[in-house]
Amino acid sequence: MNFLKRTIPLVIAFIMGVMMVFQYYVPHEASQSLLKVVTRWGITIAGFAVFIGAYSLFHLHWNKIKRKFPGWGYSIFVFFGAGITIIFGLYNGGEFFLHDKQEGTMFDWMYFNVQVPAGATMFSILAFFMASAAYRTFRARTNEATILLVAAVIVMLGRVPIGAMIWEYLPPIADWIMSVPNMAAKRAILIGVSIGAIATSLKIIFGIERAYLGGGD
Amino acid sequence: MHKLFSTIILTILILLYTSVIFAVERKTLIPPSDFQAFDTPNDNGKSISLRWPVSPSESADIEYVVYASRYKSVPFDTEVLRISSTTMYEENSDSNFHYAEINLEKFFGEKDIDKEKNKNYFFKLVLMSGKNTVVAETIASASPKGNWFNWLKLNNFIIMILFCGLVLYLIEHAKKNPNLYLRKISGLDAIEEALGRATEMGKPALFVHGLNGMGSISTIAAVNILGRIAKRVAEYDTELKVANIDPIVLLVSQEVVKESYLEAGRPDAYVEDNIFLAASEQFPYVAAVSGIMMRERPAANFYMGYFYAESLILAETGANTGAIQIAATDSYTQLPFFITTCDYTLMGEELYAASAYLSREPLLLGSLRAQDVGKGILIAALVIGTILTTFGIGFISYIFMAG
Amino acid sequence: MERLLSIDRRYIFVFVALAVTIPLLIKFDLPVPVTKEVKGIYNKIDSLPEGAHVLIAFDFDPASKEELLPMALALLHHCFRKNVKVVGMTLNPGGTGLANSAITDTGKQYEKIQGEDYVFLGYKTGVELVMINMGENIYSAFPKDFYGNATVDLPVLKGVQSLTDFDYVIDLASGSSIEAWIAFGKEKYDFDLGAGCTAVIGPDMYPFLQAKQINGLMSGLKGAAEYEILINRKSTAVAGMSPQSVVHVIVVLFVIFGNFLYFMSGRKR
Repeated sequence: MNFLKRTIPLVIAFIMGVMMVFQYYVPHEASQSLLKVVTRWGITIAGFAVFIGAYSLFHLHWNKIKRKFPGWGYSIFVFFGAGITIIFGLYNGGEFFLHDKQEGTMFDWMYFNVQVPAGATMFSILAFFMASAAYRTFRARTNEATILLVAAVIVMLGRVPIGAMIWEYLPPIADWIMSVPNMAAKRAILIGVSIGAIATSLKIIFGIERAYLGGGD
Repeated sequence: MHKLFSTIILTILILLYTSVIFAVERKTLIPPSDFQAFDTPNDNGKSISLRWPVSPSESADIEYVVYASRYKSVPFDTEVLRISSTTMYEENSDSNFHYAEINLEKFFGEKDIDKEKNKNYFFKLVLMSGKNTVVAETIASASPKGNWFNWLKLNNFIIMILFCGLVLYLIEHAKKNPNLYLRKISGLDAIEEALGRATEMGKPALFVHGLNGMGSISTIAAVNILGRIAKRVAEYDTELKVANIDPIVLLVSQEVVKESYLEAGRPDAYVEDNIFLAASEQFPYVAAVSGIMMRERPAANFYMGYFYAESLILAETGANTGAIQIAATDSYTQLPFFITTCDYTLMGEELYAASAYLSREPLLLGSLRAQDVGKGILIAALVIGTILTTFGIGFISYIFMAG
Repeated sequence: MERLLSIDRRYIFVFVALAVTIPLLIKFDLPVPVTKEVKGIYNKIDSLPEGAHVLIAFDFDPASKEELLPMALALLHHCFRKNVKVVGMTLNPGGTGLANSAITDTGKQYEKIQGEDYVFLGYKTGVELVMINMGENIYSAFPKDFYGNATVDLPVLKGVQSLTDFDYVIDLASGSSIEAWIAFGKEKYDFDLGAGCTAVIGPDMYPFLQAKQINGLMSGLKGAAEYEILINRKSTAVAGMSPQSVVHVIVVLFVIFGNFLYFMSGRKR
C-alpha cells in the first residue's frame, strides 16, 4: 500500500518534474510533442475532476438534508439550482444533443438574469466592506502607519477623475507612488516569492516535501 | 520676342524636370547582391531563416517579397513574406542586412512537414515597386532541423543547475547540522492557540483554500500546512472543516486530512464530508464560505493559499463572527486586507516556509537556507549590476538576459 | 467618541450606497485623462493593418462583468472599426455567455460575419495547459468553435497556426490568468500581449508593465473609461466614473474622520 500511495507518486513526480524542467531548454519537435501530450493529459484530468467536485458537492448536501443538519433547507436550493440549470442546459432550446449550443434559450436567460446579477452583487459587497474595514482599522498609530495612510489617501484620490479636480498634482503623485515605491516593494516580494516557489518545486521533484501526499512526512 | 524667349526657356526647363522625374520613377531596381537561407538555430525544426544584404534601391514604398517552393524546378507560387524594404533589419547589423524567420508549418501544413523531414525548401527573393519587379539572382535553399538545446537559454540553464546544486548541498549540510536558526513566525505559533480555543469552545476550525489549483505553489504550501493542522486537530479531537474551490485540491485535501487523522491514531474521527467543494467559482465560493461562517460560527478560520478580491469579504465576515483568524498568502495585493482583518498574517515566502517551520525537519530547513543564500546572491547581483551599469559596464545584464 | 469609533458598520454601508446611487441619478461628467498604460493597448490596435488577427481572452466571470465587460466592448469596437479579425476565447467557464454575446452583438453592429471576421472559440478547461496547447497548435486546442464549427475550416483563422501568429493578444482577467499568459504564452511563444484587469489586481501588474512583458494595461473601470474616451465612444465605464470618484472621496473622508476620532480619544485604541 505504501508503495502505491508513496513510492509510485514520488517516482512519477520526480520523472515528470525533471522531464518538464529539461523540456523548457529543448526546442526539438520531440520535446514539443511531449509537452503537447502532457498538457492534453492535464486538460483531461481537469475535465474529470469536475465530476469529482460535483459528486462531493451533492454528497455533502444530500447528507445534510438526510440528517437534517442545521440549515439543511439551504441544501435543497443546491439541488434546485443545479437541477434547473442542468435541465435547461441539456434541453438546449429543444435541440438536446442534436445540435450544438443554441442561442436565446432558457439557459441563456438564467445565465444573464440570475448568474450575472448575482455574481455582480457579490463583487459589489467588496466596496462596502472595504469602506468599513478602512474606517475601523486604518489608523496613524505609528510613523510608518502614517506614511501608509497618507500614501493611501493620495492614491485613492489620484486614481479617479475627481483627484485632478481637487489638486492637479494628485494624479502624477499617485502614479509616482505606484510606479516607484510600490513597484520596488512588489519586486522585492516577487523575487522572494519566486525563489521560494523554485525551492518548493525542487523539494517536490526530489521528494523532500511530501506532505501534499498526505500525512506529515 | 522677349515673351517667346521666356516661353521657350520655361518649356525646356519643364521638359528637363519631367524627364528627371521620369528617370527616377523608371530607376532600375537593384536586387540584393546575396540571398541566404539556413536552418533557424534553437528551434523545433519547422522554420528557415533568411538573410540578405540591403539593396541600394530600398525605400519605404518598395517591398521585398519572398516566394517558397518545395522543388527547385516548379514555379515559386507560395508567398511566405512581404515586407517594406526598410524594415526587418538583422539585429546588431547596423541595418546592413535583413533577417526573417519563415514558419514553414504555416505555409506547407503541419502534416506535410512532418512527413518529409530533412527536405530542402527553396526561396526566391523579389524586390518590388508597384508592377516593376526584379528577382535576386540566388535561389536560396535550406532544410529545417530540430535542435536539442536552446543555446539562448544557456545562462538560465546554468543558473538553474547552480541553484539546484545549492539547494541539495544545503539540505545535505542541514542533515549534519540540524539546529538551524529559524526566526519566529508568530502566525504559525498562533495555530496552536487558535486550535486550542476551538477545542475549548467546542466549535469547529475552518480551513479555507485559496482560489488557485494544485499547479500553484501556494496551494501546495497550503496543503502542507493543512496536513499539520489536521494532525493537531485529530489529537485535540476538534472538528475541522475544509472549504475547497478546486476539485483536484479537494481530492488532495481529503487524502491529506485522512492520512493526518490516521497518523494521529484517530482514523474513526475522519469525516469525508467535512472536506468539501463549497463552489467552483469565485463569488459563489465566497457566498458559500461566508454562509458557513455565519451559521456554524467556527472558532478559528485559516485562510491559506492564493486569494483575489474575495479575501476581504471572507476575512471581514470571519472577523464579524469573532473567530481567531490566521491568513497565509503570497498574493501581495490581498495582504493589506488580511492584515487589517486577521489576527495573524503570513506574508509571501512565510507561507512556503510554514511546512519547514512546523515540522522542523532538517531536510526542509536546509531548503530554507538555500532560499536565503539564493536571495543573497540575487541582491549582490542587483547591487553590483546597478553600480557597473552606472559606470557603463553592462555585461552583468547579459548573464540574466531572457533567452 | 468611543461609540463613534465602534459604529455599526451598516451605517457606513448606507453612506457608501448613497455615494453610489446619488451620482448615478444626478449625472455629471468628470474629465477622464488618458494614461500611457491604456494608450499602449490603443496604439497597438490602431497600428494593426486590416485583416490582422487579435486574440481576446475573456478570462472573467459575471462577478467582474461591471469592470471588465466595458473594456471588452471598447476593444471590440476598436478592432471592428479597424477591420481587424477578432478571435475570442475564455478560460473561465462563467465567462462564456458574456464573451459570446459581447463579440456577436458588437460584430453585428459593424455588419461583420461570424467565422469570417470574428469567431468565439468558447471555453476550455486547464488554463496554462490550454495556453501551451494553443502555442503548439490552435486547432488542436480548439478543434471546434463555440457553435461547433470545425476551426480548420474557418476563414477568420486563415494564416493562424498557433499563438505566435497572432498580431496581438489581450487578456481580460479577473484572476491570475495574466501571469499565466505571460509565463506560458508570451515568454514561450513570443507575441505582443496587452492586459485588462479588475482594479483590485491592477497594482500586481505594474512590474510586468515596466518589464515590457505586457505592452499596455487597463486597470478597473477607470481603464475601461480611458479606452472609451480614446475610441470616442463614451459608455458605461465613463458613466461609472462619477459614482466611483464619490465613493473614493467618501472612503477617504471616513479614514480621516476615523483618525480624527482616534487622536481625540487620546490614541488609546
